[in-house]
Amino acid sequence: MTGRASDPGPVTERRIERLVAALFALTALTGLALLGLYIAGGQPQLECLLLALCLGSLGIGIILWSQELMPERQVEEPRHRLASDPGARAALAEAIEEEAGFTRRRFLIRMLLTAVGGLAAALAIPVFSLGPAPGRELFTTSWRRGSRLVGLDGQPIRAADLAVDAVTTVFPEGHAGDAQAQTLLIRVPADLLRLPPDRAVWAPEGYVAYSKVCTHAGCPVGLYRAAERRLICPCHQSTFDVLDGARPVFGPAARPLPQLPIQLQPDGTFVALGDFDEPIGPSFWNMTEGES
Amino acid sequence: MRDEARIPPTATAPEPTALDRLVAWLDERTGAADFVRSALRKVFPDHWSFLLGEVALFCFVVLVATGVFLTFFFAADSGPVVYDGPYAPLRGAEVSAAFDSVVRLSFEVRAGLLMRQIHHWAAVVFIAAIVLHVARVFFTGAFRRPREINWLVGFGLLVLGMAAGFTGYSLPDDLLSGTGLRIAYSVALSIPFLGPWLAYLIFGGEFPTRELIGRLYVFHIMLIPALMIGAVGLHLAILWFQKHTQYPGPGRTEANVVGRHFWPGQVFRSLGLFFLTAAVLALLGGFVQINPVWVYGPFVPSAVSSPAQPDWYIGWLEGALRLGPNWEPTIFGVTIPSPFVPGVVLPGLLFTAFALWPFIEARLTSDHREHHLLDDPWQAPLRLALGSAALTIFVVLTVAGANDILAVFLNVEVEALTQVLRVVLVVAPIVVGVVAYRLAVERARRPPEAAAPSAGIRLRRTADGGFEEAEEGAS
Repeated sequence: MTGRASDPGPVTERRIERLVAALFALTALTGLALLGLYIAGGQPQLECLLLALCLGSLGIGIILWSQELMPERQVEEPRHRLASDPGARAALAEAIEEEAGFTRRRFLIRMLLTAVGGLAAALAIPVFSLGPAPGRELFTTSWRRGSRLVGLDGQPIRAADLAVDAVTTVFPEGHAGDAQAQTLLIRVPADLLRLPPDRAVWAPEGYVAYSKVCTHAGCPVGLYRAAERRLICPCHQSTFDVLDGARPVFGPAARPLPQLPIQLQPDGTFVALGDFDEPIGPSFWNMTEGES
Repeated sequence: MRDEARIPPTATAPEPTALDRLVAWLDERTGAADFVRSALRKVFPDHWSFLLGEVALFCFVVLVATGVFLTFFFAADSGPVVYDGPYAPLRGAEVSAAFDSVVRLSFEVRAGLLMRQIHHWAAVVFIAAIVLHVARVFFTGAFRRPREINWLVGFGLLVLGMAAGFTGYSLPDDLLSGTGLRIAYSVALSIPFLGPWLAYLIFGGEFPTRELIGRLYVFHIMLIPALMIGAVGLHLAILWFQKHTQYPGPGRTEANVVGRHFWPGQVFRSLGLFFLTAAVLALLGGFVQINPVWVYGPFVPSAVSSPAQPDWYIGWLEGALRLGPNWEPTIFGVTIPSPFVPGVVLPGLLFTAFALWPFIEARLTSDHREHHLLDDPWQAPLRLALGSAALTIFVVLTVAGANDILAVFLNVEVEALTQVLRVVLVVAPIVVGVVAYRLAVERARRPPEAAAPSAGIRLRRTADGGFEEAEEGAS
């Protein structure tokens, strides 16, 4: 009735049987060893080695058994037609339509669908509990007129601590670590800055502050190439020219990093002259709303 | 106890074995003997490429098993705690409870690190196996009528698998995954009109929110796996009822299935493959470090790591964002943010075409017949061309997702590399598609090779479930 092309002889068969049995024994032994290792305190590499041996020997054993000791049969089975015969389909349609005259009551069916629609809307409403309605917070940050610039540790930044081409992350006092307010304070030679005339006073003595949130996908713009005075976002390589108002010069970002107006205080610290004058971070459809 | 009165013993009946008794016990309560016998006798065609889907299934089993273990130790909480465990570089640092629990799970729970790394490796291999399986199904035309529904279910599983992977590697609340979440938030935000609402509903407000890790957790361990288990069940049930496709060969026709019995042949080899898959995942999990979150550090909104790469199956989306143009028009006060086209429109179009491919191909070729015999990929030039072009897009975008690493490796400027990749993204799929098409057409012109000799005797399954010998080369 059957047969592989080459049936294993009884001797080979006994050898394979012994091999499979040995593999199964290895599974049992490594399983026990794993238990012992666990009790002894465990060690990831040994654990994985024993686990792999345990699983692998079982897998190979089972496959060997099936390949070598079970008669390989190629069998054939007819495919049955998937579709039912037309009579059955007509009977189904009849069962749906005719009983109780369901489809005759068109008006009621329409009203039932309306009812279901209303119910679905009512049940979907709680989804809106999942988040607040988008509001002005997308347009503003916690920077206020007079906010002192502090570091992540909450300590005020002093102008004297920044060498030329030094860069540091600053926050408004009382909001250290704020994700939206994070700002880069960079010191560049003042005469190299090419800011628009109305923004020149925002960068006293070559200290210039830009939002650290990339205007492309919101990553912190964490890299500064001092040689070219460019800020680079490590996520998608958007590159901004620090001297030219953080204008994007490469990559997918389309907007400059918004500039924070700052003022140098007599005590050597900085304060903000106000919030950013445009939304920081990734763009959204109505971001130009409220622009004059 | 067997009811001896109902089945009178005859002189020739052998003593019932334990198996007989078990079968009798179950059958008396379910009446399933006929059904189960028929199921065990079901015929499965045999080919190595049919195992790719099985490997994916087995990875899923490993994922569920290791995942359940991990849930006992993970704290889905973004609230701050001070780490005071054995990993010295982090001691004293303020981290989230989620991050803290992952580091503790890795260093303080016995077998915890192994379980975590097996889980992550299983996810990586899972998606890889699905992608290879989809490629096999696509290029051999296995999705054609009547299997369009199962193609859609499988497509759903791929999308769910990617979502499971993304939500999963975001849970540890480390610096790398936090950056990935921020990008996902920004892409959601970029959708015109809906963006801010959608981003807020998913993330619970303006990024970063305290709720986020808890939400991801619900998605990762409940909603997505529940949907996946349902979809896997449906996928297998449809496969079972429609019967498997088969490659053409002697004695194989559109009207039959040639292969081996479900029991024991298919079951044994599948079981063996399952244990081997698990063994390989165990080796990877123990010897190859993956996602060492203690090296990345906890998520800090103002910090970022460089280079930063997601898991491989998300890389193409990241690459699309990196290659995207800095184009951000404002039309009638409506801004189209720059991530929208590469981050939403492009993947959306590609995946829609991918999901609807069985219907698109039927329309293009006017072939609405049933197909149970698989194509040689070379037999369908158009499908081969479009499929390889789509794979090329995927590969180029994935490479672009690692452009910073590649730039260092090749010692070129990342800007130059990005410009080159932008051109390659447009040119390469066209070139690959045209070449594949030409090669396929050339091959079709060559005379067919002689048919391979038939292998051995064949049994034919009869309508009542018995078997008879089929004549050689029967069709």
